[in-house]
Amino acid sequence: MAQIFARSSNVHSKVIIVLVVVLVCGAGWTTYAVFWSPYTTYVGVPLDQPVPFSHKHHVGDDGIDCRYCHTSVEKSSFAGVPSTQVCMTCHSQLWNETPTLAPVRASLTSDKPLRWNRVNDLPDFVYFNHSIHVNKGVGCSTCHGEIDKMPLTWRAQTLYMKWCLECHRAPQNYVRPSDQIYNLHWKPPPDQEKQGARLVAQYRIDTSGRLTNCSVCHR
Amino acid sequence: MWRSLEELAATPGFEEMLHREFPRGASEWTNEMQRRDFLRLMGASVALAGLGACTKQPIEKIVPYVDQPEEVIPGKPLRFASATSFCGFGQGIVVTSYEGRPTKIEGNPDHPASRGATSVWAQADVLDLYDPDRAKVLTNGDSGATWGTFLDRLKVALDAQAGSGGAGLRILTQTVTSPTMAAQLQEIGQKFPTAKWHQWEPLTRDAEREARAGGVFGAETLYDFSKAKVIVALDSDFLYLHPAALRHARDFATRRRVEGPQGASMSRFYAVEPTPSITGSNADHRLALAGHEIPKLAAALAALVGSGGEGANVPDEATTWVWAAAQDLRANAGASIVIAGETQPPEVHALVGQINASLGNINTTIRHCASVETNPVNQLQSLQQLVQEMKSGAVEVLLILGGNPVYDAPADLDFAGALQKVKLRLHHSLWPNETSERCQWLIPATHFLESWSDIRAFDGTVTIVQPLVEPLYDGFSAHQLLDAFLLQPVRSAYDLVRATWQKNNPTTTFEAQWRSILSDGATPGIGGDLTPEQGAASARAAIAPPTGQGLEILFRPDPSTLDGRYANNGWLQELPKPFSKITWDNAALVSPKLAAREHLENGDYIELNFRGRKLGAPIWILPGQAENSVTLQLGYGRKKAGQTGTNKGYNAYTLRTSDALWQGVGLTIRKIDRHLKFATTQNHFSIEGRDMYRAGTLAEFIRQPQFATEMAEVPKHDETLYNPDEYKNAGYAWAMVVDLNTCIGCNACTIACQAENNIPIVGKAQVIAGREMHWIRVDTYYAGPPNDPQFHHQPVPCMHCQDAPCELVCPVAATMTDDEGLNVQVYNRCVGTRYCSNNCPYKVRRFNFLEYNGALSPSEKLVKNPEVTVRCRGVMEKCTYCLQRINAARITAQLEERKIRDGEIVPACAQVCPAEAITFGDIHDPKSRVSRRKALPLDYGMLAELNTRPRTSYAAKLRNPNPQLKS
Amino acid sequence: MVRSFDLRIGKKRRRKFAKAGRLRQQASGLCFPEKGMSTIPPNEKKNTRMSPLGYPSNLLAPNQTYESVNETIGSIVLRNRQPAPWWIGFVVAFCLLMMFFFALAWLFIRGVGIWGINIPVAWGFAIVNFVWWVGIGHAGTFISAILLLMFQHWRTAINRFAEAMTLFAVACAGLMPLLHLGRPWLFYYLFPYPDTMGLWPQFRSPLVWDVFAVGTYFLVSLMFWYLGLVPDLATIRDRAQKTWQRKFYGILALGWRNSAAHWQRHQIAYLLLGGLATPLVLSVHSVVSFDFAVAIVPGWHSTIFPPYFVAGAIYSGFAMVLNIVIPVRKIYHLENLITERYLNNMANVMFVTGLMVAYGYVIEAFMSWYSGDIFEQYMMMNRAFGPYGWVFWCLMACNVFIPQALWSARIRRNPLTLFIVAFFINVGMWVERFVIVITSLHRDFTPSAWGMFYPTFWDWATLFGSVGLFLTLLFLFVRFFPMISISESRELVAEPQKANVL
Repeated sequence: MAQIFARSSNVHSKVIIVLVVVLVCGAGWTTYAVFWSPYTTYVGVPLDQPVPFSHKHHVGDDGIDCRYCHTSVEKSSFAGVPSTQVCMTCHSQLWNETPTLAPVRASLTSDKPLRWNRVNDLPDFVYFNHSIHVNKGVGCSTCHGEIDKMPLTWRAQTLYMKWCLECHRAPQNYVRPSDQIYNLHWKPPPDQEKQGARLVAQYRIDTSGRLTNCSVCHR
Repeated sequence: MWRSLEELAATPGFEEMLHREFPRGASEWTNEMQRRDFLRLMGASVALAGLGACTKQPIEKIVPYVDQPEEVIPGKPLRFASATSFCGFGQGIVVTSYEGRPTKIEGNPDHPASRGATSVWAQADVLDLYDPDRAKVLTNGDSGATWGTFLDRLKVALDAQAGSGGAGLRILTQTVTSPTMAAQLQEIGQKFPTAKWHQWEPLTRDAEREARAGGVFGAETLYDFSKAKVIVALDSDFLYLHPAALRHARDFATRRRVEGPQGASMSRFYAVEPTPSITGSNADHRLALAGHEIPKLAAALAALVGSGGEGANVPDEATTWVWAAAQDLRANAGASIVIAGETQPPEVHALVGQINASLGNINTTIRHCASVETNPVNQLQSLQQLVQEMKSGAVEVLLILGGNPVYDAPADLDFAGALQKVKLRLHHSLWPNETSERCQWLIPATHFLESWSDIRAFDGTVTIVQPLVEPLYDGFSAHQLLDAFLLQPVRSAYDLVRATWQKNNPTTTFEAQWRSILSDGATPGIGGDLTPEQGAASARAAIAPPTGQGLEILFRPDPSTLDGRYANNGWLQELPKPFSKITWDNAALVSPKLAAREHLENGDYIELNFRGRKLGAPIWILPGQAENSVTLQLGYGRKKAGQTGTNKGYNAYTLRTSDALWQGVGLTIRKIDRHLKFATTQNHFSIEGRDMYRAGTLAEFIRQPQFATEMAEVPKHDETLYNPDEYKNAGYAWAMVVDLNTCIGCNACTIACQAENNIPIVGKAQVIAGREMHWIRVDTYYAGPPNDPQFHHQPVPCMHCQDAPCELVCPVAATMTDDEGLNVQVYNRCVGTRYCSNNCPYKVRRFNFLEYNGALSPSEKLVKNPEVTVRCRGVMEKCTYCLQRINAARITAQLEERKIRDGEIVPACAQVCPAEAITFGDIHDPKSRVSRRKALPLDYGMLAELNTRPRTSYAAKLRNPNPQLKS
Repeated sequence: MVRSFDLRIGKKRRRKFAKAGRLRQQASGLCFPEKGMSTIPPNEKKNTRMSPLGYPSNLLAPNQTYESVNETIGSIVLRNRQPAPWWIGFVVAFCLLMMFFFALAWLFIRGVGIWGINIPVAWGFAIVNFVWWVGIGHAGTFISAILLLMFQHWRTAINRFAEAMTLFAVACAGLMPLLHLGRPWLFYYLFPYPDTMGLWPQFRSPLVWDVFAVGTYFLVSLMFWYLGLVPDLATIRDRAQKTWQRKFYGILALGWRNSAAHWQRHQIAYLLLGGLATPLVLSVHSVVSFDFAVAIVPGWHSTIFPPYFVAGAIYSGFAMVLNIVIPVRKIYHLENLITERYLNNMANVMFVTGLMVAYGYVIEAFMSWYSGDIFEQYMMMNRAFGPYGWVFWCLMACNVFIPQALWSARIRRNPLTLFIVAFFINVGMWVERFVIVITSLHRDFTPSAWGMFYPTFWDWATLFGSVGLFLTLLFLFVRFFPMISISESRELVAEPQKANVL
């Protein structure tokens, strides 16, 4: 019988070989891209909330300090989410009629807590501690971004381990003076290298490499 | 000769397995736990679709308080002082609570009965709180009822009683030491003058009460083992089964701990007992002797130490022992202790009282204080009287306050039968159990972590029991229930307790006093010392000769479930029993000789026939058991305990009669054709001439201090292909020393670790399969002849090797030695090749062969420690030196800009240890306690000859035998 | 003809290869000789020559023609009906395969806890099977590559089997470590890839070496097998009657036109792959043996493991080839192509490697005593007289004592007896791995942690299931591919001097 493959198959086969190579690499690249894309990381994706709480308004416009609501950020691993009472301290006076705040009032009257969607969520096997970070020169905005520009809050960083390690490997690139911790617009100075090194020494941050031990975050 | 059944029978077992087609696969489904697993297959298969790791994170909820209590800082635990009870006696505790959820119980350092340690039962109490089988609602018969309807019914009944002054009203309690309850019962007594209050505790200490120490019925005898140079224990388990056991262990250890060869001294400890106990296993001279021989021996001892008495002839094997003990006692008059166990008859206690008196030990090593019980009675007689009246129909209303008499009353009384004659039967209980089944009303009790109360310790110290959590179910505290009997609006437990205390101090200073009482959790007791009257008041009854022929039967509390009250506690069920390492079952303990005589192997069933009562029980051959004594462990064979405890083991109470509460002669046994596969966590009890466990005598040590370290040659620090200082850093270097010399082998470390580190319960089938999960185990090795062996207890946590064999074989770097020398296991990186476990010479790694945490009920999940990851299936885990505690301390220290102080970090195992046998700290700090311990010549590394460079090391065991005795 | 390793094709060479090409064109039966006639008349005298050792020195039976070779091999593939034994075998194998899938489903749902493994015996059947299958997978490459480079023409009739068997065995082997993982869905942690954790595998671990060693081995074997198949697929294609067959084999034959140039490149590629595969034969099982030798467990921690594992591998590999070849030879009446001479040679290789393995056992025992290490000494005593002692003696019987029968030429040349011995060896090699893995683990350093291992139903299901997978693939192979290299067999017809080996 006649050959199944015509002369042209020589060309085709060559092309196919090239295509296969391209496809394989492409597939690899795509998976990689997807894993670093907002689709997986939620970076820059505002989450719906039972109450459309706006950091932009409260922090940006009203200039409320982070610690007013996130009370335990300096003493505990958990920064703390304000209780309904805290909301109502103001909102019993202000906007105490607006329908948008109905859930808050309902929560207070029914004694049922508000259920927010968690924006910055680490896996349960990661033991992050806010107090040690804010006390050792890691500012809010380093991880949470310029929250005062977020009408609905979104995740500012991937929170991937790789990302954590960037700072745990070289803290001097990220630490800031203690009076700048809650400054959401702090930008590293041109001589951050030098400043950082000085601050690291001042904060007595362990530079022996122990900060990259598994045991620092995982138990 | 120490091969356990598994190994001897291994070959046939294995062959049979080869022939049968479905070896264990078939039995898989019979296991309760696994059947529940099946319901979660879907979930598991999703995880398995390969998406387990690569799916995007689901959006989780974050739920703030509506109104946050000001003392709560989210993420920071709170600690409250409270007290738990051992057979009615208080033991001070400090309870850790996360966001109002108690997760861990520690000892209260300021409490005399605790000194910072706790018993295994105190550790397990927190699991009982979350037990899904607890009585949840007030029930009348099979139907639920409300508190209101109950009160109405009660009122009717009590009004009927009022006329006769409560002639038909009876209250049955366990041992009561609570001042508040005392006051309440008194009030009830005044309201119903003819009503009666009875007490029954299956582990009753009647013999001691009868002995009238210091001439006062039921007076407490307090021992100070830290002052005793010579100790003689007559069938007494004072280190483990005693209201003051923790205190005893602490004091005992101080006298046994050796700091160095110069001027090293240890107390010398003689023990005689029919069946091995924790206490006896620590003796320098242990004598296995039938229980009914011990009174004779006591008499002989009394004669020899010159406290009068005509003495008695003791069995030959005991003569030298008694003689030597007497010698030592006389030589150390005033600095010695003779103590008898509650299992011995009053005469023995009387004799012991005299011996101590004549040795001048009173007020040096021994004190008497007035009874701390509200109303010390002979509980057996009290119960007998009640049963008689019930049978006669005189009892119309019976309130059973806690306890489970239907299950644990002496068999000859037929409590259950008598109970049916009572018109109105009320049971106040934490669980629906055998007794509540036979009562019309079950009033769910509150757990002691849920409600207010108060309790007294063995020496009278009083502690306020304060709740850490609102009652999980609608339970009522005993105080509320008793208050209901006064026919007035029921007050809250808080008001009642507070009222009692305000009576003592009605002044304005009360508020302050109250606060301090609450915060330090231990206030000096009411009722001080007694004058020593040499205990002469007790009539010296003649030693009754043993009645009947045949073997001796012994009834002993189970080391885990005690008298059965802890039968539904998974942690305790899975806690390996000392010596046998059996879990989930109790065994009839027989001596090797008896077993040989009757051709018995471990697990064979025998039919015990004792005074006409029959019982079938599987046997366990226990070295060191008196030849003709068979020990039955109480606390098993529960018919209604809950899904954990029901129908586990055999019920020894069916043979326990009021004339033989603890021991009796006249037992006959017969092998029956039935076999039980015990779930043991250790199958091989010989050390095979290896040197993991190193022991010597005090004399040897003084002669040759290095004897322990010289037993094996350890490779030099730099004999490694890698950089020997790879992990050397300027910072901390964590390390641990386990002092085998003071370790009494009580298992507290094991269960404390389980509570702290979210270690799952795996169930009997999995233990049989060899998959228990304990991070620190207590190994037991026997040495010497089987009838009189030496017992070696060795706690084995992870050694945290610096050249860790586990580390370099892990393909994904899931286990690494960190810069501080911790060998850390990273659960989220582990893929479960299990290579690390194969390569671990200590076999301290544990693997989640199945999803052990999957079948947890919502309430059981609440006990988990939020600071420790809950491990999923297919992940390796092991001891972390309580990494969560290290990190917590480090962060605190860094925030305060200081170094971590020595002793600031205490791992759960070290914290719970009654004997302070475990020391943890930083070996880069030469002044730390651990550094000093490691500097001792006794210090050695287990299998260090493999060049694993373990951070956990041991201090070799020392014994202090009487040089005149060769043993 | 002269084979050349040289890649530079000069004029002279091209002429050489042209000649080779012509010969091969004839040999591969593509120049359509009339039925029955052959370019080189079979020479009776030559074919009946006896070797000094007293068995036929000829690799082919008398009166083999190109056509007879084409017919015997090609027809098996092209004919519609398979003989009853094939069907029976296939059905059995398929049932086992289904049981395998069932066992895997249950395994993935419940976890490795369904097996008998525990602490201390954390590795069970999965690893035993893994080592066993990898070992079996060695014969293929050994026969194809090493014998090829050594110009051993007696590989001709069996190399195809061996290679196919290698593939399937390695496939089974490759599955096992995966199934054995506690969290199989995270298997990719073992590969170096840019992850979101910024972590790499731990390259000091032998398990990582395994991933690469076994992976490479599988790929090379696959290429080797397929390359050898191409000319034969062309032959089948051209003899095929049905369209689907023409299409199927046509595509697989990759348009092989049997030109001299094809043959020339084919030869070079084949030799190159042979060169590549040869070191792998030694490396793979050495690496597998490191899984044990690197650990400190008494009974594992031994320097003799690599050579002794490789020998064992070839031992079991040849045993498996014999276990497959002998029945197939009978069922498909291939006695003319797979003569006793083949069986005899395989028996010899198997026997020699068997002796090496036996030597390994002796040295192991000796070293454990000579080391003076109490742990090693106890391990050896326990191995022979402990709870699993009887397993050890089974091993000795199967791998050392029974094979001694191979001293006798009669047994070597009698297919039945040879089959039986080979079967025992296969069992024995599995038992050997059981002894190494389980008996060493169940009692190592700490007596308090000693335990026993009792396989569950699921352990057995995994073992026999994997056998099912292996056989199913093999039966399909026999059905759809020429199980003996047609072209090479025809070479033996074309160049009888090759067929006569003293």
